Amino acid sequence: MDMFLDVLVAVLLITGCLMSLIAGIGLLTFPDMLTRMHAATKPQVLGFLLIFTAVAIHLRSWSVVPLLFLAWGMQLLTAPVSAHMIGRAGYRTKHAVKGSLYDDELRQVVDTVTKKQAVETPEVPAEQSKDSTS
Amino acid sequence: MMNIVMWVCGVMLGLATVACLIRVAKGPSILDRVLALDVMLIIISVALCLEMVYNRHSDYLLFVVVACTLGFIGSVTVSRYVSDQRNA
Repeated sequence: MDMFLDVLVAVLLITGCLMSLIAGIGLLTFPDMLTRMHAATKPQVLGFLLIFTAVAIHLRSWSVVPLLFLAWGMQLLTAPVSAHMIGRAGYRTKHAVKGSLYDDELRQVVDTVTKKQAVETPEVPAEQSKDSTS
Repeated sequence: MMNIVMWVCGVMLGLATVACLIRVAKGPSILDRVLALDVMLIIISVALCLEMVYNRHSDYLLFVVVACTLGFIGSVTVSRYVSDQRNA
């Protein structure tokens, strides 16, 4: 049983570290920011889950599980938010290469908002403040 | 066996760190750099976990939680500044 758990820990650790390596390779080789974002989120959720499971099994104690679960849950909650913010900022600042997209549904919305802002010139400060808080 | 596993994991993490550093140095935009540094913070957390497994203690668990929070705050803050720059 002990031997089995040790082998399990080794496999989990190596797979978890492999996720980090995959993220590094993806960051190097993918062509633009949006695809690099896809690679960068691999170790955030699955990699951490594997590594934390390995830590809990190796320490053979239930007392570390709540804290590990807190760390993993925090990562699970914050990864989509930060990815959304980075993607949004990249889209609005033309850092993202839009020629590589198959389908761009956000473009219609952005165009409509820009047109509305251009027509209703007195409303521009209110629109901008609403835009910056959203 | 644990020594071999640690070496394999350490080499993989080192290669990943080098890749992130190259992206930080090369990255065309600031968002690429933020992304690469975020991944590097994750690699640091994974290295802390590896050390905990190797020496059989749980002292660094809070540092892992703090590292998660720091990565979130950092990337959100920088992307806020980037998008505000365009509005101004």
